[in-house]
Amino acid sequence: MRRRPSSLVLRRQAINGLALGLASFATLLGLIALTWILATIIVNGATALGPQLFTRDTPPPGSMGGLRNALVGSAIMTGLGVLLGTPIGVLAGTHLAEFGRASRFAETIRFINDILLSAPSIVTGLFVYQIVVQPSGHFSGLAGVLALALVLLPVVVRSTDETLRLVPISLREAALALGAPHWRMVLRVLYPAARTGMLTGVLLGIARISGETAPLLFTALNNQYFSFDPAQPMANMPVVIFQFALSPYAAWHALAWAGALLMTLFVLLLSVAARRLLRTGSA
Amino acid sequence: MSGAEAKAGAAWPGKMARRRSGALGDRIFRALVALAAGLVLLALGGAAAAILWGGLPAFLHFGLYFLISTAWDPVRRDFGAMVPIYGTLVTSLIAMLSAVPISFGIAVFLTEVAPGWLRGPVGAAIELLAGIPSIIYGMWGLFVFAPFMADHVEPWLTTLLGPLPLLGALFDGPPLGIGMLTGGLILGIMVVPFISSVMRDVFLLVPLPLREAAFGLGATRWELVWRVMVPYARTALMGGVFLGLGRALGETMAVTFVLGNAHDFNLSLLLPSTSIAAAIANEFTEADSEIYRSSLIALGFLLFLITFVVLAVAKLLMARLARAEGRV
Repeated sequence: MRRRPSSLVLRRQAINGLALGLASFATLLGLIALTWILATIIVNGATALGPQLFTRDTPPPGSMGGLRNALVGSAIMTGLGVLLGTPIGVLAGTHLAEFGRASRFAETIRFINDILLSAPSIVTGLFVYQIVVQPSGHFSGLAGVLALALVLLPVVVRSTDETLRLVPISLREAALALGAPHWRMVLRVLYPAARTGMLTGVLLGIARISGETAPLLFTALNNQYFSFDPAQPMANMPVVIFQFALSPYAAWHALAWAGALLMTLFVLLLSVAARRLLRTGSA
Repeated sequence: MSGAEAKAGAAWPGKMARRRSGALGDRIFRALVALAAGLVLLALGGAAAAILWGGLPAFLHFGLYFLISTAWDPVRRDFGAMVPIYGTLVTSLIAMLSAVPISFGIAVFLTEVAPGWLRGPVGAAIELLAGIPSIIYGMWGLFVFAPFMADHVEPWLTTLLGPLPLLGALFDGPPLGIGMLTGGLILGIMVVPFISSVMRDVFLLVPLPLREAAFGLGATRWELVWRVMVPYARTALMGGVFLGLGRALGETMAVTFVLGNAHDFNLSLLLPSTSIAAAIANEFTEADSEIYRSSLIALGFLLFLITFVVLAVAKLLMARLARAEGRV
């Protein structure tokens, strides 16, 4: 015959149920926040969508326009930032995984890199302002490119380091035993083997820098005209969204919402794609 | 070149040349990757030096008084860091008070409560929060969350907690929706995915025999979490909290939208304030004097110092569990 549970057991089970219930509630809160934010962006952004976003430039107050110059400016700066940051990041990650491994120098760099990964991006903006904008005397797209590359760098370093270390040692030994110099082994064996993980890192890095506003505020600044010249101030999505959202004009607000929708879609699709790539690649 | 080497070179000219080019190639390659790694170090060191240099005029001009002064007067060119520092610390504290329990709950839900098929999708959804750019949080905060706070939460807080002694001062004032409370809560939402993902990974590292032993002794699921997993992973959990704190301290755009950029010292969490990052973002391009700009850069240097220390502590705490697991 089963004994009736004592009051102690009942109390423990009640606490258990309450605590796990609260944990589920916390998760629900997180999901509500996500839905609320995404719904806001979609509802407000969708009403402002239209072909004029891609064909017209940011307007002066009181007239209609689009986001062409900002989209192009962001694409140029992000592209150049990736071109600048990726090779350096890949090489630095190669040093950590291949040559440094457990050396003190490599451990220090790994430590510093992890800190850079979470360091405030506004500090990066100030840094680039000090070394580029101040000496050259004006804001420029190139300064923005440098700031974005600095934000991207630690992401690429980390993913390269981690994926290269996952490549089996036997692959390295096979290549070296065949007489390949170390550098050819890295280029022809390790990089192809670690391709997926490294690509994921770059994609996540692009997702990260496409939404970065703070490092661009005092580097690329903004430009209300269409421009391909990175030596001059350059329009870009984040700063345009920032300025338009804080303005008192309804037309500017609508453009800010449309820009926010485009940016969020791009960033989220990119990070989802990167994660999917990683999963199929490693399986 | 010695005789023997020359002879060997003559016997296998192609091979020797290739081997030598391999050795040279290796040296160049080694130097190249070490240089790139050094650039990472330079990025941090250079940033610290350049920002210190930029803030030096303000530090020299105001001295230590800069740290405790609440002045912020661009006309009389008198600047102090107290109000932004206070704003940064208070918003981050609110963020931690809201984000840590919620992140803990999410981590428990994802490892202990949710059925297997639910864990993947819910975990991915929470991680999406980390992918949303901070300026989007800012816009949502300004146009949606701040009005919501002003209409539904803050009046209620004022009537409920306002009359209390001491605590009441924190909730005194008109329900504007713009202020440290709103900013802190938005920061909290932003750091939840970072803290919860660290906590979840840490929970997953708890050795299976410990779990089995706990269940074998008749522990409930919650007792397993609270009495076994949390003590086991204490330092790494703290590391996750510090990681979130480092993020919250330096977050710029989200709080810039909802803090109101007011350099007045207020105890109330409902009144407009500012933070280090928000002050820099709002005022840097408008700074019209050298000392004004230098003061903002000096603020940036303080922020850099604080976040560096917090993030370093986070990293060390998390490394301890990893080392215990033998997977450094």
